[in-house]
Amino acid sequence: MINDSQLETPFASGTAKADNRKVIEIKSLQKSFGKQTVLSDVSLELFKEENLVVLGKSGSGKSVLIKCIVGLLFPDTGEINVLGKSVLSLNPNELNELRKKIGFLFQGSALYDSMTVKQNLEFPLKRIFKKLSQQETDDKVNEALENVGLIEALHKMPSQLSGGMRKRIGLARTIIVDPQIMLYDEPTTGLDPITSNEISQLINDVQKKYHTSSIIITHDLPCARITANRVLMLKDGEVYANGTLKELENSSDEWIKSFFK
Amino acid sequence: MKKIIPAVKAKDYATKQSIRLSEKAVERKEKANGFLLEIGNISSFIGKTCREIFSTQFEFKEFLRQCFEIGNKSLTLVAITGAIMGIVLTIQSRPVLVDFGAVSMLPGMVTISMIREIGPVITALICAGKIGSGMGAELGSMKVTEQIDAMEVSATNPMRFLVVTRVLAATLMIPLLVIFADTLGFFGSWLGVNIKGSVSFALFFAQAFSHIEFIDFIPAVVKSFFFGAVIGLVGCYKGYNAGRGTESVGLAANSAVVLASLLVIVVDMIAVQITDMLL
Repeated sequence: MINDSQLETPFASGTAKADNRKVIEIKSLQKSFGKQTVLSDVSLELFKEENLVVLGKSGSGKSVLIKCIVGLLFPDTGEINVLGKSVLSLNPNELNELRKKIGFLFQGSALYDSMTVKQNLEFPLKRIFKKLSQQETDDKVNEALENVGLIEALHKMPSQLSGGMRKRIGLARTIIVDPQIMLYDEPTTGLDPITSNEISQLINDVQKKYHTSSIIITHDLPCARITANRVLMLKDGEVYANGTLKELENSSDEWIKSFFK
Repeated sequence: MKKIIPAVKAKDYATKQSIRLSEKAVERKEKANGFLLEIGNISSFIGKTCREIFSTQFEFKEFLRQCFEIGNKSLTLVAITGAIMGIVLTIQSRPVLVDFGAVSMLPGMVTISMIREIGPVITALICAGKIGSGMGAELGSMKVTEQIDAMEVSATNPMRFLVVTRVLAATLMIPLLVIFADTLGFFGSWLGVNIKGSVSFALFFAQAFSHIEFIDFIPAVVKSFFFGAVIGLVGCYKGYNAGRGTESVGLAANSAVVLASLLVIVVDMIAVQITDMLL
């Protein structure tokens, strides 16, 4: 296993300054489903305005990890601190308050089938910013759609959108509430290389414009190359390597090398 | 000559039998645990739904949309079923009443049957099929495509938005659909009477309502509310707790229809017993 001391990163300096920049801190996370252990010992840190890419084979527990961060799944043991709050000790109302600061882009975009694109975008907006007027809501919806380049899809139903468009709308629905943290669950899976590239660029644009800190779960190397400030590799439910993409690409470890071939 | 089984073989045989029996016992225990777990989950689901019904933030717009989806979109089906039930019941009952020379009782008998039993139960069963399966499939597919999770991370309570609105809409709409089906059944019965005879609507109306009192409507309407609640709760429970694959969507829809239909009959039996004791 390769650790931080072997792969030094610009964010993982371990100083007091770095502590202040931590937005997510996970310690010794374990999660099992029945007899199957998915995460056996995962610890990670996400720093402010950082894009952390989590790489790993399918079934290595990447999606479970970010679902634990947002409280959709609860780990068996471990500690999860998000924006200074321990997720596992929050009551439902406090958890909801925390969730308002976190954006989550699902693997299949998870657009609400029974609503138009506009209603999809209005849904979180009206529930998080309850005092917004209809004009302000419309402005925010238009702005979010312009940011993802899909203003013409305003009145379309999700069933009328292509896979790439759905991802963009999913991203627009997430960024519309100005989250501080973005969690992307395989944002480019199932997309063609050109659209995949566009979505990866969009992730970078979102980070620059909204100053978000992001965890990007993927096994798509081109996406990792475009978006990653730092890469964490999961293997058998544990953090196998942690470093910059360049460091990992130059690693002598056989398993890491096989991943980058 | 009696065959002698060597002691070692007999011991092996006994061990295998014992393992087989213990496996069966474990299987039965798991089944029993699964059943109890399901009962526990349903109770917890009903508890959560009731708690959310009385929460201060009510999704009124979604509730109205669900009322439209459940009520308005079931009108044609319920109307056709109600009218046909009225016609069929009249045609089937007529020969028996003719034998007893009591044809004049036909409007009253059919109307009482429609109002007290046939209307509520048939409408509820039709709705268990249409609405229960719809809810099971819709929520099941929302679960599979992570839409329920998306709602949760948007700081929205999916129980409040998806379940409470659907359960309340079903509870309110089924009694209205039952009244609508009864009305259509009444007109159907008049048509049925006129197939083999000639009775004016005024006479039919007078004959029918001479046998009915207002109290006849109350148990039927009250049990229809329970039918609606059962259909809504079962449809939502099955959909909300669907598994992760696409296969589970079909399974959720199917089991919602089966369980809701069964529970409608069970609730009807209880309601009839209670009505019999009270009235």
